[in-house]
Amino acid sequence: MHSFAMLLDALSTHQGRTDKIELMCAYFRSTPDPERGWALAALTDGLPLRVPFRRVLTNLMSTRIDPVLYKLSRDYVGDTAETVALLWPEPTSGQSRVAVPSLAHIVATLADADAKRIEPLLADLLDRCDATERWALLKFIGGALRVGVSARLAKTALAMLGGCDVGEIEEVWHAIGAPYIDLFAWLEKAGPRPETTGVAVFRPLMLATPIEDQDWPNLQADAFAAEWKWDGIRVQIAATPREVRIFSRTGEDISPAFPEIAHAFGGRDVTTDGELLVMRDGVVAPFNDLQQRLNRKTVSAKLMQAHPAHVRLYDLLLRDGEDLRSRPFDQRRKRLEDWHAEAPPARTDLSEMIPFDSFDQLRTLHLDARAASIEGLMLKRRASPYLAGRPKGHWFKWKRTALTLDCVLMYAQRGAGKRSSLYSDYTFGVWRTGTVGERELVPVGKAYSGFTDVELKQLDAFIRSNTMASFGPVRQVQPALVLEVAFDAVQKSSRHKSGIAMRFPRIHRIRWDKPAAEADTLEGIEALL
Amino acid sequence: MQRPDTWLYPTPSGLFCAPGNFYIDPPRPTDRAVITHGHSDHARAGHGRVLATAETVAIMQVRYGAECAGAFHAVAYGETLNLGGVTVRLVPAGHILGSAQIVLEWGGARVVVSGDYKRAEDPTCRPYELVACDVFVTEATFALPVFRHGPVAEQIAKLIASMARFPTRTHLIGAYGLGKSQRVIKLVRQVGYDRPVYLHGAHAALTQLYQSLGQDFGDVRLVSEAAAADLAGALVMCPPSALGDRWSRRFGDAVTGFASGWMRVRGRARQSGIELPLVISDHADWPELIDTIVATGAEDIWVTHGRDDALVHHLGCLGRRARALALVGRDDEAD
Ligand SMILES: [Zn+2]
Ligand SMILES: [Zn+2]
Repeated sequence: MHSFAMLLDALSTHQGRTDKIELMCAYFRSTPDPERGWALAALTDGLPLRVPFRRVLTNLMSTRIDPVLYKLSRDYVGDTAETVALLWPEPTSGQSRVAVPSLAHIVATLADADAKRIEPLLADLLDRCDATERWALLKFIGGALRVGVSARLAKTALAMLGGCDVGEIEEVWHAIGAPYIDLFAWLEKAGPRPETTGVAVFRPLMLATPIEDQDWPNLQADAFAAEWKWDGIRVQIAATPREVRIFSRTGEDISPAFPEIAHAFGGRDVTTDGELLVMRDGVVAPFNDLQQRLNRKTVSAKLMQAHPAHVRLYDLLLRDGEDLRSRPFDQRRKRLEDWHAEAPPARTDLSEMIPFDSFDQLRTLHLDARAASIEGLMLKRRASPYLAGRPKGHWFKWKRTALTLDCVLMYAQRGAGKRSSLYSDYTFGVWRTGTVGERELVPVGKAYSGFTDVELKQLDAFIRSNTMASFGPVRQVQPALVLEVAFDAVQKSSRHKSGIAMRFPRIHRIRWDKPAAEADTLEGIEALL
Repeated sequence: MQRPDTWLYPTPSGLFCAPGNFYIDPPRPTDRAVITHGHSDHARAGHGRVLATAETVAIMQVRYGAECAGAFHAVAYGETLNLGGVTVRLVPAGHILGSAQIVLEWGGARVVVSGDYKRAEDPTCRPYELVACDVFVTEATFALPVFRHGPVAEQIAKLIASMARFPTRTHLIGAYGLGKSQRVIKLVRQVGYDRPVYLHGAHAALTQLYQSLGQDFGDVRLVSEAAAADLAGALVMCPPSALGDRWSRRFGDAVTGFASGWMRVRGRARQSGIELPLVISDHADWPELIDTIVATGAEDIWVTHGRDDALVHHLGCLGRRARALALVGRDDEAD
């Protein structure tokens, strides 16, 4: 596992996306099976190993170090696993070092171990590692690597290794498992594509591009279908008679968080595309409600009842083994309607088609659509096949014009990677009346985007010459600069001091001209709720 | 034996030796100062008379000007002096060029004020010499058992490997400008790295001083005099504070590194956005501190700057009398 430790070490400090991809790709290329496959499992959160080691580690340390020194160290380092990795006694010099355990050996040792045996087994593994390896070992068996690598990024590195598109990896991903020998063989042209029949696999999604003013003259109204764009999350439901999986836009399997949806598709043989929403009595709830159900490994009956999930379907990719993706949208839509009419799964409906004769007519509808759960409109070319990725000219998203507010820059933080020398993350606020009647700023959001490189440098210069105080990496700035912030929606939030949360805030314009005192007020935002 | 804390004790002006009438590393101007080494939290300008090694005197004059003290008295390692009845001797501390432990003998007791020290090998200074004593005054910069610096060769290999993996990106390495920067350059030369090494302006004068005192660093140039094309893939040494500075932008997508004992703890590296943490320290790590203190045979240990809590506790467990000595004006050094 030495090279795995080196990889994790580099991934934990290198911030750039390309760096991380290159580091992983180089590792996969130079590391043999099954070692690299177990590493891949760890990087994609697919390791069948969860050692509840917090207590085990505390026990192990209690016989190896003075508790006062342990506590002082733990307080300083801030992370138990790292503290143990750093404190673990080094093999005494002269004593020849036993071979560093391989990842396969670690999995084999711990996977089926009796709970009582974990302590001595883990101690033995730790004895065979140096400090970086011990840290990597504890991350590996602990489940959460936290080195800034998503499953998607790891798959992107695999695509680089195989010289293919990441979509091809995603299509086979759910048909294979650790240590991924067949996957690496296929990527290195030494074996066939892994078999996916009968397995609910992810098919890369077709994505829309934002419609621009210059697009309109080239579009004919009768060549397009229109649907509402709902404010939920995009999901693909892949059902085979054997299993049902719900995938996020990036191919992450989120089925465990939505068992009622998986259940509704049980026994069917389809792959559908749709919007996952929380819906009560036929009314779509705000995005915030859906948020409560995301990023969970399990879900309670109570939460399912309070926040019932629903899928609004808009496309049919496969049915009974027949791949419909090369058919035009109109035909797929007809097939979707037929299939749904035969026996609609519970908790689903079809995305409504909006009839229109001209884009002007559609524009009026668009302006009128003010329901919070509608983000805008989708335009889909009737003749287009279902294409992976974001092909130009087929699907357009026509978002409602963003709302904007004038906010005051309050705090700034340095960015990551290329932006690490620049203050590029901004917290901004609006005015409100404080408890004793004074006017004070209250933070309402953060933004990292929406400005040009030139503007970024100007902002950076402003922040450096207007710093009031520094807290670690954060600078508090004189309340003197107005940022016009665009956002998609604003919602009530008990998690924010201001009581509101903005959705997708970004810097729209820097108002160098505007006095901070004239920025917006919290009352003004509350009126948008 | 006269109890040492009756004649050597902290005052607002610094650690004072009463019979000798001098201070050791005083943070404020005093009439007579004995200086362990040139780092700014030990060596300050404005003293009446300064007693230190010739190298430390030279470093102070480069940093603060030739007239930064009323008079200088350069002492060779091992030379014995008598200051008001106190026998004073300077012994190598292995910390940086010119660094010394101050050995004091008076009233039948021997006290060693070690300043900053390390036991690991360093090609830019004389190695630490152990002196048996009754009282040992120790630093505690890395006095937690999580700090074990490990072999420096591994860290240099890591730097060389990174330059090979990212051959077009400048490697911008933050390092303390006195001691650390020169040590890193010397270490990469020792493993055969022979391309020019570039310096931030703040490192120029001290590096030149090392060269004039006989250190060979190979081809060393200034960033300010280099063409942009030469800096692609080059090794550049700079003060740690320059890493996040506007100055660093000229290197585009540089790999940023930091050579410091603090890099042993990942959080410290991540906090500062360091991509290439290099665990290279000019201070003793935990095992070195304990081994050294025990080897001096001292019954009393006075702990100065750094983390005294863990060290005082642990020495107590080992049966030594240890206490924290509150000295004003000492900070965490950037290395
Ligand atoms: Zn020092
Ligand atoms: Zn110091």
